[in-house]
Amino acid sequence: MSARTPPGTLAAAALIARKDLAIEFRTRSAFLSAIVFSLLAIAIFYFAWDATAVSSVDLAPGVLWVIFTFSGILGLHRSFGVEEADRAIDALLVSPVDREAVFLGKALANLAFVLGVQALAIPAVALFYNLPLTRVLAPLIGIAVLAAIGLVAVGTLFSSMAANTRLAELLLPVLALPFFVPIVLPAAQTTARLLAGRPISEAMGWLRILIAFDIVFVVACALAFPFTLED
Amino acid sequence: MSNAATPLEHTPRLPRATLTSAAPAAIEAHALTRTFGRRVAVRALTFAVNDGECLALFGPNGAGKTTLLRVLAGLLRPTSGTAYIGGVKLPGGGADARAVVGLISHQSMLYSALTALENIEFTARLYGVESPREAAIRALHWMRLEDRADSPVRSLSRGLQQRVSIARAIVHEPRVVLLDEPYTGLDETGAAALSAALESLKGSGAALVLVTHHLGEGLALATHTAIMRDGQFVKHEPRGTLELDAYRDVYREAIGR
Repeated sequence: MSARTPPGTLAAAALIARKDLAIEFRTRSAFLSAIVFSLLAIAIFYFAWDATAVSSVDLAPGVLWVIFTFSGILGLHRSFGVEEADRAIDALLVSPVDREAVFLGKALANLAFVLGVQALAIPAVALFYNLPLTRVLAPLIGIAVLAAIGLVAVGTLFSSMAANTRLAELLLPVLALPFFVPIVLPAAQTTARLLAGRPISEAMGWLRILIAFDIVFVVACALAFPFTLED
Repeated sequence: MSNAATPLEHTPRLPRATLTSAAPAAIEAHALTRTFGRRVAVRALTFAVNDGECLALFGPNGAGKTTLLRVLAGLLRPTSGTAYIGGVKLPGGGADARAVVGLISHQSMLYSALTALENIEFTARLYGVESPREAAIRALHWMRLEDRADSPVRSLSRGLQQRVSIARAIVHEPRVVLLDEPYTGLDETGAAALSAALESLKGSGAALVLVTHHLGEGLALATHTAIMRDGQFVKHEPRGTLELDAYRDVYREAIGR
């Protein structure tokens, strides 16, 4: 048998992420579901909105982060769903790549998914609620990316845990949503201040909380992930 | 959907593993035990499988056969005892041990949205195989599936998927091949193609552990047989010259039916 060098953690993660994105690109099932959900949610919020009682800049941050949270769940659920069908996960785990590489690869693909949904949902919300998007676009993208990192880290871990269960679709939100709160809360608060035209310095406290939870969740989830794969 | 047989005489020979006489046994297990809570699935098993040998593992449902394979594949951690896969200790060897293992199950372990070639190439890259695309095409050729390379797996019949799954499992020329009920769902032609491929693998120097309920299929490939019950080998011996009917009696006696 010829000597071979399996890919390192980053290279293996890139392989796994590319494979997941190729599958999603072929089927587009989760992405389309997330986009349809986002547009429906925006429309429902819009038609339930009394513009004389609540201003658009007060309502929009809540709408944005409700959409990001729940549409993200759709993609995160599918992340390990494709592995459980026909037990492809066994082939992945019996290969000589690190468990951490599997986590990182899955998380990268999920991050691309969530960012893709955000890229379409933010302009749609801006359009419906007539938000001054150009003025706050750069910092808003920064917040969206930071929050997506935390959501994806937690979601990838719990998606792996839930995938082996019969009630995966119910279990994932039940497990993940409480852990999303420390990410969504500062993200929504920062977004609200930005849209209200306040300086970013006013939201620095919330931003620090968001970054801190990102670091904690990414490290903790990467360390815990291999244990979710043990029978 | 074509499901043409792959005649044994036409099955391309797989690359022969480069082994020395000093090489350790492909699989060695020492007092290997795996429990789930109070239930002992694998109970202090000690055995070895050398290169070019095939251990056919029989036994009733719940005997611990699949658990044993999953421990040897590195998917389950043994509760106690050790196993050596290609001389690498389990638990502990991790990636080094897994690098020489190919796992074939009754489930295809494939991504249905990807093509046959993409599935196999992905696996080749995970194992660090040089020229992964060429290796994947070669593996498809071994399984006589060149014309299905660009077909999405979901469009293939059960038998063809199983052959793709075998190509995936051997693309890195594993020294140890673990097979869990690989004949499940295969029609007669698919089963013949699988048998031919396994004979070829064995001939190329790979060590096989074949878990099956079909005594005939197991005996046809086996150099050694084992009957497992309650996590233990109640009979473990060289294949010998016993015919199927005689071995069926041995099996019934061993499992107490």
